[in-house]
Amino acid sequence: MFYREAGDFSTSYKEDSQTFPIRFDRYRYYVVLVVAFLVVPFVITDYWANAVFVPFLIYAIAAIGLNILTGYCGQVSLGTGGFMAVGAYAVYKLMTGFPDVSIVIHIIGAGFITAGVCILFGLPSLRIKGFYLAVATLAAQFFLVWLFNRVAWFYNYSASGQINAPEREVLGIVVTGPNTEAWAQYMISLVFVTACALLARNLTRGKLGRQWMSIRDMDIAAEIIGVNPLSAKLSAFAISGFFIGISGALFFAVYLGAVEVGEAFGINKSFLVLFMIIIGGLGSIFGSFAGAAFLVLMPVLLKNILVGQFGWATDLAVHIEFIIVGALIVIFLIIEPHGLAQLWRLAKEKLRLWPFPH
Amino acid sequence: MPDQVLFAMEAAINGLMAGVLYALVALGFVLIFKSSGIFNYAQGVFALFAALTLVGIMEGQVPFQHLINAIFGTELHGFGWETPAILAVVLTVGVMVVLAIAVERLILRHLVNQPDIILFMATIGLAYFMEGFGDLMWGADIKKLDVGLPQGGSFWIEENTAWLGGDGFYGFFIDRLDIVATIAAAILVIGLTAFSQFTKQGRALRAVADDHQAALSVGISLRFIWVLVWSIAGIVALVAGIMWGSKSGVQFSLSLIALKALPVLMLGGFTSIPGAIVGGLIIGMGEKLFEFLIGAPFLGGATENWFAYVLALLFLVFRPQGLFGDKIIERV
Repeated sequence: MFYREAGDFSTSYKEDSQTFPIRFDRYRYYVVLVVAFLVVPFVITDYWANAVFVPFLIYAIAAIGLNILTGYCGQVSLGTGGFMAVGAYAVYKLMTGFPDVSIVIHIIGAGFITAGVCILFGLPSLRIKGFYLAVATLAAQFFLVWLFNRVAWFYNYSASGQINAPEREVLGIVVTGPNTEAWAQYMISLVFVTACALLARNLTRGKLGRQWMSIRDMDIAAEIIGVNPLSAKLSAFAISGFFIGISGALFFAVYLGAVEVGEAFGINKSFLVLFMIIIGGLGSIFGSFAGAAFLVLMPVLLKNILVGQFGWATDLAVHIEFIIVGALIVIFLIIEPHGLAQLWRLAKEKLRLWPFPH
Repeated sequence: MPDQVLFAMEAAINGLMAGVLYALVALGFVLIFKSSGIFNYAQGVFALFAALTLVGIMEGQVPFQHLINAIFGTELHGFGWETPAILAVVLTVGVMVVLAIAVERLILRHLVNQPDIILFMATIGLAYFMEGFGDLMWGADIKKLDVGLPQGGSFWIEENTAWLGGDGFYGFFIDRLDIVATIAAAILVIGLTAFSQFTKQGRALRAVADDHQAALSVGISLRFIWVLVWSIAGIVALVAGIMWGSKSGVQFSLSLIALKALPVLMLGGFTSIPGAIVGGLIIGMGEKLFEFLIGAPFLGGATENWFAYVLALLFLVFRPQGLFGDKIIERV
């Protein structure tokens, strides 16, 4: 009825290969953007920003980053938490070292620094593959967390070993530090998410993305048809690191404000982001968003139901959350290894034929 | 001998003992990987779950008592009896076998022919599930596990080695539990080797490890073998859980210690039982010596957190299949 390609003609190659070729889809996308930019900031409250929107947006960037590495290039990484920590500490050092430069530049700089670190830890991927690589990235996770805990230079020799985000402004609006308004937190995250998603989408459907996918599907065959595994793998590590660094920087500077590295960027964070892309869908930008939304919303929901409605103890709710997350991952892998993104795709296929499927 | 050398030796010996414990966890990984090609990330959580179950049975806890209390508003605290250790161990083995059957039924059977990485991620999901399930079933507080194993430093060794050094040296301090763990590991390895060499099931197991389809075609039931292997891995996890649990209490961090088994595996090769043992010993000794000689004096300590991973990483760059792993042959 409303989801048809009928009457929707492309008259140029450019039109034909756009992200949302169906008109309805395209308008839906614009509506989402308009709502996100023009409606939500005016109605958002502290609770919604802190519990739902800001973590969702920031995790979505991390999930996009990991999805590029794991979903598109096939290199499983368990070091996401460590790389997010690099982004957080990089932005902290930049913020305190160059207080006059805009925070936006700092965050992007943190992305580039993380990309460099990621390349370093990605080098072994040329020799090590599969599980061995997954375990090897654990080295990054544990080493980086240890490094930020031990070397006092990284946390500016503060007594507590924590890092605290100083107050910084963008266009005269406070975006970091304790005095930040909820909508400002939300807006800066949203701007970065939108930019990252656009960038990622366009990278993954271009030459680079095709190289990554050929490496993922079979690296030897890809090498034979002329894909350079060195540049393909390392570019995946670099770009993935760039996104993860930005998300780590936002996570620290905008969302948490104060960070203790082992707690905020431990091994659990690595798994959380990995789960996001599994549940959302490997090799899909939309999937990164869907997975992040799912895993951010579900604990909030469970907590509200179990603790708020039934009055159970919080630790029980946490255990049940573990069970549900674990079970969901297994169920998703069994029923739909391609995650929520694939369900969405199927739903769209069904919609095209609805209401006359035959 | 100068005392410094002796202290280094003590660190090395203790490292070897810790390595045995890593190797115990790694052994479970290798067993499953060899027979089904699944990299079972949940092995560490299995050890935690086994230990939790053992403590729960020994103390006569009601399973899910917190949950039941929360739902029905009751005040359950336990059955009020204590089960002897032997019986509890037997019951726990039973639970682990049931778990193996459940895993085969509910997960593996549905994921046949999926890429390895999907199965790996499924076991990560399983690990999360088991973690929550174990805590929900038996409570999340730190528990003391005492199945009657000797504990504490061995005075005999201390007295008989004190003469090696000067006045500042009081002999090697070696935990008796570590010695028991070493013996247990040796028995396990010998037992497993004998089982896979001399029994019908063992031979079937090796056949499956060699080639799934060929094994199927000569009439070996893959499902039975999988249940068998996961049960054995469960029992190995129980042994590891008992040892770790007696040493440092049964708690959540047990499953994190199991992560240390991963570099052990990488070093030894995923498919080799001797590799798991040797890898465990190298990692255990390496990290203790590194901490003693370089980490604590120069790097601010706590290098044990990452040394094993970095060592394994560097090692793999030069030998991607590990020490004893099968040579990786890739074809298009």
